[in-house]
Order: sequence, then C-alpha cells, then structure tokens
Amino acid sequence: MEDSRRRFLKIAGIAALGMGTAPVIDAVAASGGHGAAPHMRKGDDALTAKQWGLVIDTTKLDHEKVEHIIEACHSTHNVPNISAAKVGQKVATRHEIKWIWETHYHNAFTDLRPQYLSEDVEERPFLVLCNHCEEPPCVQACPTQATFKRPDGIVLMDFHRCIGCRFCMAACPYGSRSFNLRDPRPFIEKTNLAFPTRTKGVVEKCNFCAERLAVGQPPACVEASEGAMVFGDLEDPHSEIREVLREHYTIRRKVSLGTGPAVYYII
Amino acid sequence: MNDKGKIIAGIIIFFVVATFPFWFNMFVEKTPAPELVLTAKAQAAKVCVRDTAFMKANHMQLLDEWRDTVVRKAERIYVNAEGKEFNMSLSNTCLDCHSNKAEFCDRCHQYASIEPYCWDCHIDNPKETK
Ligand code: HEC
Ligand code: HEC
Ligand code: HEC
Repeated sequence: MEDSRRRFLKIAGIAALGMGTAPVIDAVAASGGHGAAPHMRKGDDALTAKQWGLVIDTTKLDHEKVEHIIEACHSTHNVPNISAAKVGQKVATRHEIKWIWETHYHNAFTDLRPQYLSEDVEERPFLVLCNHCEEPPCVQACPTQATFKRPDGIVLMDFHRCIGCRFCMAACPYGSRSFNLRDPRPFIEKTNLAFPTRTKGVVEKCNFCAERLAVGQPPACVEASEGAMVFGDLEDPHSEIREVLREHYTIRRKVSLGTGPAVYYII
Repeated sequence: MNDKGKIIAGIIIFFVVATFPFWFNMFVEKTPAPELVLTAKAQAAKVCVRDTAFMKANHMQLLDEWRDTVVRKAERIYVNAEGKEFNMSLSNTCLDCHSNKAEFCDRCHQYASIEPYCWDCHIDNPKETK
C-alpha cells in the first residue's frame, strides 16, 4: 500500500516534469539552428498614421490642374479610359471607371446648397474621390470583407476577395466606386507595369495610394497638385493637415449621413 | 452449365478493361517532366526566396501569404531565414528573377494542368516596356 502510493507519486511527478519540458523542446527543435524563422515587416520608409485625411483647396484649382491631377492618379493605377469616343456616350457613362474625378459644387455638396450660389463657386471644378470614411458604410455592406478599414484609416479593397456583388456601390453615398463591366486592359493607354490592373467583374476605387505610402511617398494626386492638396494624419494635432484645418474654414461631403468623411474642402 | 466459356471470357475482358490504365502506363512512354529555364539573374542569385524544395511544393501558399500580408496587414518586406529581404510582389519580385515566365512558371503549370488567374490583373511581363 505505502509502496504503491510512493510509486504512483513518483511516476506522476516525472510525467508532470516531462509535460512541462515539451514546449521548451519544441522551441529548441523549431529554431533549427540556422538563423531566425522567415518573417514579414513594414518597409523602413513606410508612412503611418491613425487616420489619413486630405484637404483640397478648391480656390487653387482650375480645370487644367484638375485634369492633370486625375491623369496622375489614373495612370499610376492603370485606371482604364473608357471614353465616349471609343464606345459611344451611352456605354461610356455606364462602363466608366473613376478613382478621382471632376464635378460641380451642387453635385458634390447636395445637402449644402444655398439658393443662390456665388458665380465663382458655381463654375469652380471640384475634385471628388473616396472619402475614406471613419464609419464606412461600404465596409459594412461587403459580404466577403474584401473592403475593410485599415488601422491607418484607409478604406482599402482586397481585390482578391471581391466577388463583384456591388453591395458596396449601393452603400456608398458618394458614388466613389466603379464596377468593371468589361475587361479594362484594352482601355489602358500606357500600363504602369509596377501596379496590377483589375479584371472584369470586380469593383474598384481610390486606395489613397497605399502602395506609395508603403515606400514613403505621398499620394500621386497630392504630388501632382503642387500644393493645392494637403495629405496627413487627422489625429495628429501637430500635423500639417491639422494646421491647415485650423487656419481655414472647410466643409465635407454629406456629413449628416454620419459617415465621417476624411476629405475636407476649402471653399 | 453451357455458358461457362462465355462467363470466363466476360470476366477476362472485364479484367483487361478495368486494368487498362495500368497497362497503358506501362507500355506508353511517360510525358517527360518539363525542363525549367533559369534566367541569368536567377542563376546569379543561385537561391530562391526559400529553398528549392520548399518553393517547388509551397510557392502557392507563399504567394497567398504574401498577398494577404501586403494588402491586409500593410507589410511589404519579407525576410527569409538567411536574413535576405524581398519586396513581397508577384510581378515585381518573382518575375524579376523569373522574367522568363513562359519557360518557367508556365511550362510547369502546363505540365501540371494549372491556370492561375493572377495574370488577369498582375502584369506578366514587368520587364517589357509597353
Ligand atoms: C533572387 C532571385 C529569385 C526570386 C526573387 C525568386 N526566385 Fe524562384 N528561384 C530562383 C532560383 C535561382 C531557383 C533555382 C534554385 C535551384 O535550382 O536550386 C528558383 C526556383 C524556384 C522554383 C522551383 C523550380 C524547380 O526547380 O522546381 C519555383 C517554383 C520558384 N522558384 C518560384 C518562385 C516564386 C513563386 C517567386 C516569388 C515568390 C520566386 N521564385 C522568386 C530565384 C529566384
Ligand atoms: C516545379 C513546377 C512549378 C513551377 C516552376 C511553378 N509552379 Fe506554380 N504551381 C505548380 C503546381 C503543381 C501548382 C498547383 C498546386 C495545387 O494545385 O495545389 C502551382 C500553383 C500555383 C499557383 C496557385 C494557383 C491557383 O489557382 O491557386 C500560383 C499563383 C503559382 N503556382 C504561381 C507560380 C509562379 C508565379 C511561378 C513562376 C515564378 C510558378 N508558379 C512556378 C508548379 C509550379
Ligand atoms: C482582380 C485583380 C487581381 C487578381 C485576379 C489577383 N490580384 Fe493580386 N493584387 C491585385 C491588386 C490591385 C493588388 C494591390 C497591389 C498593391 O497595393 O501594390 C494585388 C496585390 C498582390 C500581391 C502583393 C503586391 C504585389 O505587387 O504583388 C500579391 C503577392 C498578389 N497580389 C498575389 C496574387 C496572386 C498569387 C493571384 C492569383 C492567385 C492574384 N494576386 C490575383 C489585384 C489582383
């Protein structure tokens, strides 16, 4: 009796010790002796923020500059130019793909329309794009999480997951999303070989130049705007963008919907 | 029983037909494994992102991991066990070394009867100026 209890405790003790050392042995075995395990990280120059935002000074833009900015964005991202000249007006309006485009005040700010708008603003070109909302309705609508909000505030699309259901297009109050109704490749005049195109059957939109921020460059539109657009971290009170917002009166599109757009306009 | 002959003949015919794939493979020459061509750049590098056996068996999983990490985690640098760094990009990294896609990726994929749809979007000739 005494003897067998003693034996039992001994075996139990050794077993417990063995179980305790298993993770240690595993860790030693896994390290394999040569170098660390492969891992992944951000680039050294990557720009980071809590909520990226953009201020567009519309007083500094004219039609010509706006075209130049659109061209900079669309050629960087291989956005096709499905123009009326090539496919006819009717098809072009349905098939058009746009990441950033020009519109009138009354289309951009449907809820901020004075009865009599100043002539200057009436004629001014307004650049509109994805607002990278704080509460993006497209993200909630997406059934595959192909559209998601990154920790830095960018509302990004993972094209690998897009099934082309277009719920996001219905959810977006800004019309910032386009659907590829046809293969875009024949309509890309000069392909940027460093960036993928899209394919028939996926939705696309502005990505705030996630691929440029990753290597320390500002968005292509901001670079092409020659100071008319300021990009930065809205949650950093010392950032240039907050400085600009402190100094100027700005408006945002359809704020009453509660989406919290991150694109501001100086009027 | 007078049908004995017929039954036995039937069984033999069934057996021959059922085992046909084995016969066929025994007597017909096998399709030779594809010959992969390494570019001068790849030859100079000597090793792939990971060791050759791993790449052969797991490059699709590696690419999956790359795309998820780049797009969803915003991390773009891959550091392998030897400490060498790579920009995690299908067109800009894999096809930088293996710029002869037709004689490398495609040749093997044809043999294995796979058609990755990646090239609907990703540029398959990043070196060519268009
Ligand atoms: C630095 C240049 C370089 C890069 C970048 C590179 N490879 Fe390789 N790859 C090589 C070399 C060299 C070999 C041959 C190694 C050998 O012969 O042992 C190879 C071998 C392979 C093989 C095995 C071929 C076989 O012999 O069966 C595959 C598959 C492969 N690479 C795919 C890829 C993929 C996918 C990527 C991108 C994730 C990639 N490689 C990136 C240089 C590179
Ligand atoms: C040694 C032969 C071989 C070579 C060389 C090779 N592959 Fe593959 N690849 C395969 C096989 C086999 C599969 C399918 C595996 C499976 O179905 O599980 C595959 C699958 C893939 C897939 C996944 C396809 C899918 O539909 O999920 C991708 C992507 C891929 N390869 C990319 C490449 C690229 C890029 C290269 C050239 C840099 C390359 N492969 C070179 C054999 C090869
Ligand atoms: C609908 C278009 C589309 C398809 C199809 C597609 N991709 Fe992508 N992929 C993209 C876009 C757009 C990016 C984002 C590029 C960036 O941000 O630099 C990307 C990024 C990536 C990246 C990281 C960045 C880079 O430059 O490569 C990898 C790796 C990748 N995809 C692998 C794949 C593989 C493997 C397949 C096929 C199994 C595939 N993709 C199919 C559009 C696509």
